[in-house]
Amino acid sequence: MSRFIVPRIAPSEITDEKHFWDRRTWLTKVAGAIGASTLIGQRLSATAPQRLAQADTPTPYESITHYNNFYEFSTDKEEVASLVGNFRSTPWTVSVEGEVKRPKRYDLAELLRGLPVEDRTYRHRCVEGWSMLIPWNGIPLAAIIRRLEPTSRAKYIEFTTLLDPAQMPGQRRATLQWPYVEALRIDEAMNPLALLITGIYGKPLLPQNGAPLRLVTPWKYGFKGAKSIVRIRFVERQPATTWALTAPDEYGFYANVNPAVDHPRWSQATERRIGRFGRQPTLPFNGYGAQVASLYTGMDLRVNY
Amino acid sequence: MGQKVMWWSVFLLALWPAGRLALRAWRGDLGPDPLITLEHGTGFWAFMLLLATLSITPIRRLSGWNPIIKLRKMLGNWCAAYAVAHVTIYLILDQGLDWPSIWADALDHKRIFLGLAAFLILLTLSATSPNFMVRRLGRRWGQIHRAIYAAVILVVIHFALTQKLDWREPLLWGGVVALLLGARVWWAVSKGKRSPG
Repeated sequence: MSRFIVPRIAPSEITDEKHFWDRRTWLTKVAGAIGASTLIGQRLSATAPQRLAQADTPTPYESITHYNNFYEFSTDKEEVASLVGNFRSTPWTVSVEGEVKRPKRYDLAELLRGLPVEDRTYRHRCVEGWSMLIPWNGIPLAAIIRRLEPTSRAKYIEFTTLLDPAQMPGQRRATLQWPYVEALRIDEAMNPLALLITGIYGKPLLPQNGAPLRLVTPWKYGFKGAKSIVRIRFVERQPATTWALTAPDEYGFYANVNPAVDHPRWSQATERRIGRFGRQPTLPFNGYGAQVASLYTGMDLRVNY
Repeated sequence: MGQKVMWWSVFLLALWPAGRLALRAWRGDLGPDPLITLEHGTGFWAFMLLLATLSITPIRRLSGWNPIIKLRKMLGNWCAAYAVAHVTIYLILDQGLDWPSIWADALDHKRIFLGLAAFLILLTLSATSPNFMVRRLGRRWGQIHRAIYAAVILVVIHFALTQKLDWREPLLWGGVVALLLGARVWWAVSKGKRSPG
């Protein structure tokens, strides 16, 4: 079996941080002159996209931790970070259930013990049309699945987020059906790109990012990445997942990043990188086609969106 | 004198949200997603000013205080100005003046289509708002300016379609619009001849 190679963003694609910030400040100031002259705008739009295509630099920590879709706290992305004060992520247990040799409630440390944490900088594409580049720290999901020894009947793996309105004020309203549930086909889950995340930028995961344990599947829209996971269940049938239940015509089970399939209310062909103006093209499977496209051979991805 | 103070106070009040956004932009303090802060900020205040414009006539009728009518044109033009900023931001900073992409966005997505339609109405109303246009258009001016009712309905739907799930705000503003338009219908039906403005 060939060794899996983690895709890396080439150093040549990465902007020197100082230049990045210079440009960002400049762009922000130009935007400040809004009501602005079209001339400046044209100049901006003429230069920005080409630069974006060449340059990629991790999204600032401040943005990653203050721009969060986490409805358990708030539907306002910029408000979540201010509402996590009561959240306790230690102690934490994860209940492993279903088609697995030894169902058990694990202490988090026990579940992860001995598994090396890897640094993986992934593109993160939200179904809303924005994106980030995030330096995650996490453990390949496959390593944890092997440890848990699912049975041959385990065709899907389901993740459930904590349900606790006392700590998560957004759960006091029925915006979504709580608790949040996401799931993967087992072969998707075994793909080496899938991670269970414990940190960002080498720092422990903050509550607004899904502490203490969240899923990341970088070829899928961000909502697939269940946060603050308290239950992992192996099942035979495809589980009902939260967003697919809420608006089945807008959010599918697979939710692979696909510029060719628009959201009914907006285009998915392009995306806005947080902190920049202009748009950049969205790539099929968010640019991870070489690693994951084979999972979907023969499937109509327009139907299975 | 008092009326002039009122006019200028409201004028400056309407300038305030734009001034605050500009200041935040200059300080690089627009949050993680400056584009959305600008786009939603200008759009929201265009909407609020549209509601303010539409509340002048009901307030006048209910209070009997006629001088308030002097605010109506100014508020309407402020609304149009914020709408211009909103659409400019969308066209330049969001879409990068990529016309095929903008065209496709407008045709494929009700939200954009309705927003642009409302924008064209507001521009028309603003362009026909100076006194000489009022004189030139005569009776037709009133007919043209009823298009503001269509615009506000389009804007409410445009606003609601930006929400992923949280319907509280669209319901709130939709309710306000229903009140403002409902009052006019009520008056039109009950008085028969007096035309709402």
